[in-house]
Amino acid sequence: MLKVKRETKLFEPALVHTAIEQSFIKFNPRLMVRNPVMFTVALGTLVMLAVVMWQMITHDSTQGALWYNVVVFAILFLTVLFANFAEALAEARGKAQAESLRKTREETPAKKVVSPGDIFVKEIKLLPSSQLRLGDRFVCEANDVIPMDGEIIEGIATIDESAITGESAPVIREAGGDRSSVTGGTKVLSDRIVVQVTTRPGETFLDKMIALVEGASRQKTPNEIALTILLAAFTLIFIIVCVTLKPFADYANTPITIASFISLFVCLIPTTIGGLLSAIGIAGMDRALRANVISKSGKAVETAGDIDVLLLDKTGTITIGNRKATHFYPAKHVDEQSFIDLAVYSSLADDTPEGRSIVELAAKRSNAHASLEQFRQQHLSVPLTFVKFTAETRSSGVDLPNGTKIRKGAFDAIRNMALDAGKGMPAEVEEKVKQIAGDGGTPLVVAVNNEIKGVIGLQDIIKPGIQERFERLRKMGVKTVMVTGDNMLTAKYIAGKAGVDDFIAEAKPEDKMNYIRKEQASGKLVAMMGDGTNDAPALAQADVGVAMNSGTQAAKEAGNMVDLDNDPTKLIEVVEIGKQLLITRGTLTTFSIANDVAKYFAIVPALFVASIPALQHLNVMGLKSQGSAILSAIIFNAIIIPLLIPLALKGVAYKPIGAGALLRRNLLIYGVGGVIIPFAGIKLIDMLLGTFM
Amino acid sequence: MNTELFGVIITFLLTVLLAMPLGKYITKVFKGEPAVTDFMHPLERLIFRVSGIDPAESMNWKQFLKAMLSINLLWFVYAYFVLLFQHKLPLNPDGNAGQAPDLAFNTAISFLVNCNLQHYSGETGVTYFTQLFVITFLQFVSAATGIAALVGVFNGLKEKTTNDLGNFWVIFTKSLTRILLPLSLAAAIVLAFNGTPAGFNGRDTITTLQGDTVQVARGPAAGMIAIKHLGTNGGGWFGANSAHPLENPNYFTNMFELVLQMLIPIAMIIAMGSYIKRKKLAWVIFGVMTIGMLCLLIPTMVTELNGNPAIAQMGVAQATGAMEGKEVRFGAAASAYWSIVTTIISTGSVNSMHDSSMPLSGLMQMLGMMINAFYGGCGVGLLNYLLYIIIAVFISGLMVGRTPEFMGHKVEAGEIKIASLVCLLSALLVKGGAALAAYMVTHHPEMALTVKPAAWLNNPSHHGFSEMLYEFTSASANNGSELEGLGDNNMFWNISTGIVLIMARFIPVIGPVAIIGILSNKKYIPGSAGTLRTDSLTFGAMTFAVIVIVNALSFFPALALGPIAEYLSLQ
Repeated sequence: MLKVKRETKLFEPALVHTAIEQSFIKFNPRLMVRNPVMFTVALGTLVMLAVVMWQMITHDSTQGALWYNVVVFAILFLTVLFANFAEALAEARGKAQAESLRKTREETPAKKVVSPGDIFVKEIKLLPSSQLRLGDRFVCEANDVIPMDGEIIEGIATIDESAITGESAPVIREAGGDRSSVTGGTKVLSDRIVVQVTTRPGETFLDKMIALVEGASRQKTPNEIALTILLAAFTLIFIIVCVTLKPFADYANTPITIASFISLFVCLIPTTIGGLLSAIGIAGMDRALRANVISKSGKAVETAGDIDVLLLDKTGTITIGNRKATHFYPAKHVDEQSFIDLAVYSSLADDTPEGRSIVELAAKRSNAHASLEQFRQQHLSVPLTFVKFTAETRSSGVDLPNGTKIRKGAFDAIRNMALDAGKGMPAEVEEKVKQIAGDGGTPLVVAVNNEIKGVIGLQDIIKPGIQERFERLRKMGVKTVMVTGDNMLTAKYIAGKAGVDDFIAEAKPEDKMNYIRKEQASGKLVAMMGDGTNDAPALAQADVGVAMNSGTQAAKEAGNMVDLDNDPTKLIEVVEIGKQLLITRGTLTTFSIANDVAKYFAIVPALFVASIPALQHLNVMGLKSQGSAILSAIIFNAIIIPLLIPLALKGVAYKPIGAGALLRRNLLIYGVGGVIIPFAGIKLIDMLLGTFM
Repeated sequence: MNTELFGVIITFLLTVLLAMPLGKYITKVFKGEPAVTDFMHPLERLIFRVSGIDPAESMNWKQFLKAMLSINLLWFVYAYFVLLFQHKLPLNPDGNAGQAPDLAFNTAISFLVNCNLQHYSGETGVTYFTQLFVITFLQFVSAATGIAALVGVFNGLKEKTTNDLGNFWVIFTKSLTRILLPLSLAAAIVLAFNGTPAGFNGRDTITTLQGDTVQVARGPAAGMIAIKHLGTNGGGWFGANSAHPLENPNYFTNMFELVLQMLIPIAMIIAMGSYIKRKKLAWVIFGVMTIGMLCLLIPTMVTELNGNPAIAQMGVAQATGAMEGKEVRFGAAASAYWSIVTTIISTGSVNSMHDSSMPLSGLMQMLGMMINAFYGGCGVGLLNYLLYIIIAVFISGLMVGRTPEFMGHKVEAGEIKIASLVCLLSALLVKGGAALAAYMVTHHPEMALTVKPAAWLNNPSHHGFSEMLYEFTSASANNGSELEGLGDNNMFWNISTGIVLIMARFIPVIGPVAIIGILSNKKYIPGSAGTLRTDSLTFGAMTFAVIVIVNALSFFPALALGPIAEYLSLQ
């Protein structure tokens, strides 16, 4: 399987170029005001600009040296620019990602079916894809690129979806059923289909996603709103701190320049998180897109992090598609090797995956050196008469030239055959059959001339590594529920083996719905994945519903995310992306606020040491001069934003170690680290400045 | 071990030991389980019937707050006019005058809000009638208001989802009849037996050893001193508060009053544990608060016991520590302990002159009031702590990758808005007030107020600044203690602190009640491994960090110019 790499470098030159351009455009006050923290910094920058201009005109020296004020102005300007750049870069990356998907579906010729009402006969008209409207029908034949998203209403075709999913293996799509959806930009490899357009132009999921990333329709998520309020409150506290400092300073007979006031203010307000906040949100959606998941809103990604219950289909998610033979159990008096031979003969005609797996297992047991094909040929060396599976006999097999009839089938079918022929039912075989069924397997019984020779055990194969993934989910606090059509016994066994927390056996579509409702009533958030039309209500009911791209249009409309890869384990990734988004916001907020401690120790003594020499003791960093202390603090404050852009865009790693341990870890790194790092950083900048000042 | 330190430790342990059964008793009272005070039941029924209260009526948070605020307004009007016309009313053996309108405004508010900032002296500023029916009355009802608000919050937290915070009138009445009245009665008797006056005679005249005659004020003080501490009010009968030999006669009463003032705040934490069935959470909160107290107490004890370095430089030995402004019968350690206890729990009574405390102690006292949640005042301390919890829950919830939850309810924008506004308020009131005062002193020292701003400060420089900052900190924390170097009985201080008082009382009570009201109405989410536990030590540490950071960021520059500058200059 070939996976197309969708990694772009963090600072891809082309993207950086667009981002720089955008970061100047973002100085537009109407855009700035959306972010209260950075807006106040921009206001401070304007005030500094006014001070500088005033000084140039009047040569007033009460506000400190002109060059110093110019430097402060420049640093503040850079602070805002860096924040804009972070947002612009995140947007550019997200857009580039979406564009690369969209490019595949631009302006392809479409073969529109003109309905008989218009002209007298059904007729095909060639027109550009952009002129297709909702409800139009078009035809696609081998080697055509599908011009628009739609639903097959006629025919069946193999389709290459690698442009969207990166998966090179072709898939089959056909009219009716749950695999009738086709995506614009994918290519028909064989056959002919008629497709009905299901979306208006410009309203495909991808279009919606691009709009979300671009910011025009980007809504703040609930957590983002709450955090913005908290940050605004901190900003207000620091406005109070700075405004009241003026009378305090007057009382202490200390003149403080406007530059110092604004520097103190800008340093204190949470510019680090304020500057990176929207970049973090966009990057979250972008990460989802990189995982080939199209999210219909930023909120959906965030909600994914809160999920308590995951509903997973057994087939494809927990187990590899089909059952496989795992054991041969010969009856008493039958030696194993000859039973294996019988099993192989009985399965040569059986072209189902189960049948093939029996031959495979037998080959492995008998002759490790011969290839599977050689092994098959060995058995085919004698002329055989194949007996196909029929609904009446519920068994299949071969007749050998000497008249020996070898049959394989479900337990009760073969038993009835044996009893009818007056042959007994060996007790140990019956025992084994029960045991296999009890272990969640499927027993197939082999008989020769109606005499039962033994039983083959088939098992669902649980995907390797799935237990670890469930364990990881459990540590995140997410409960996993397996949904399967299997009977109670089988379901229970597989559930136990895979390590899921609960299961729904003999599941009907409405069972999923009821389960979701029940969990939601107890306050839990539920996520599920589905593809069929009958999944649509459950997808809509679930808090996070991920529809497979191959699924029906109804399912895709009902869910709030679409998975382009049609990979049922994607839900697990989505949950982690959601958590990562919140964690990145939380840790950077903590870091930003913890930074203020060092900034206070840099600026407060610098402001007052002239009139209150004792405050020199507070200058714990031993900063050189008043001027360099303040400059160092605002320079640190400005450059920390671009330094943290990689973290904001990549996200803080999520470790499934339980909430308590995770809090301790992040508190230690970003809280304690946030207190210590600026002490070192400011000191370092001060030493560098010392060589100039 | 040093006996002085031993006395302090014993006092603290005794408080915790007594608070535990009291907390369980409080739970029983408000859960309506059988308790020893059930004989009060007929009296309560009578009160409800006379007042037309239906005790079975439940209230949502809006109704609850409406009841609380309307009765408080009524008390304010009543108190203001009685203080204004007290000279025309009976029980005034010393012939004290009525209060000036601005002083009456300040006094009425100050006692209504459980602060007890006293810009008058008890001996001359009030009569026995107002001492009893305004001051003492408000000391009871304001403490009961605080307890009722907290119990309302408990009711919200107790259920998975509810909009019923209980009936304010019932909780309020029970706080009085079942908790404050019986305990005060017992405490008053203990104080009376130790020499605190309890009669209605006017001033006594005694002849001192030098042969002078001295007028000694008296009055029915014991009862008031009991509720002053039990209800974390702090307003003294006498001007010198608990440094006065009749208000706090000996070391035993000193210990007794210390235990009394911290009793209900700690008992409420324990009651919370058993009332909402989250004992571990209660103990973690108690632990964080105790560590917080120790962080403030230990530096204070050390600096006070070491004495004043300026005096040491003169070659004077200070074996008993820094004794300026302290009572010899209590000593430096007990006075240092008192000064921290009274500031962290918003009592504001004093047994020594805080103006004379060492600068580091002054810093710790102010921090205690700024934080105002290490145990905190009667009921309101835990409410303040709850606000810090909400902010801690929010930030740490994000840090573990889940929408923040508190006790199974999602904390969203609305709650964060309220919590941040309240946290913002204290920074605004303290710094805004101090800035206004500093502005007046610097720019309009000769302004024609009743007392010119230039004459407010009896101390120049950093200490003068500390005095102004302390006054507003105390008002904003509803504490009531003061640095007495400040001339505060005048129009500016009476009105400005009056406004600060009323805002700083009701907004921080409305905030948490509203938050819990809204939260408890939301869907309950059962916990999982991904849920952050609020009763873990890690979360306790997180809350502590939030408290430290929020207050450090809000107040560091102001403190640097006041007590910190003073402390560093003294080194």
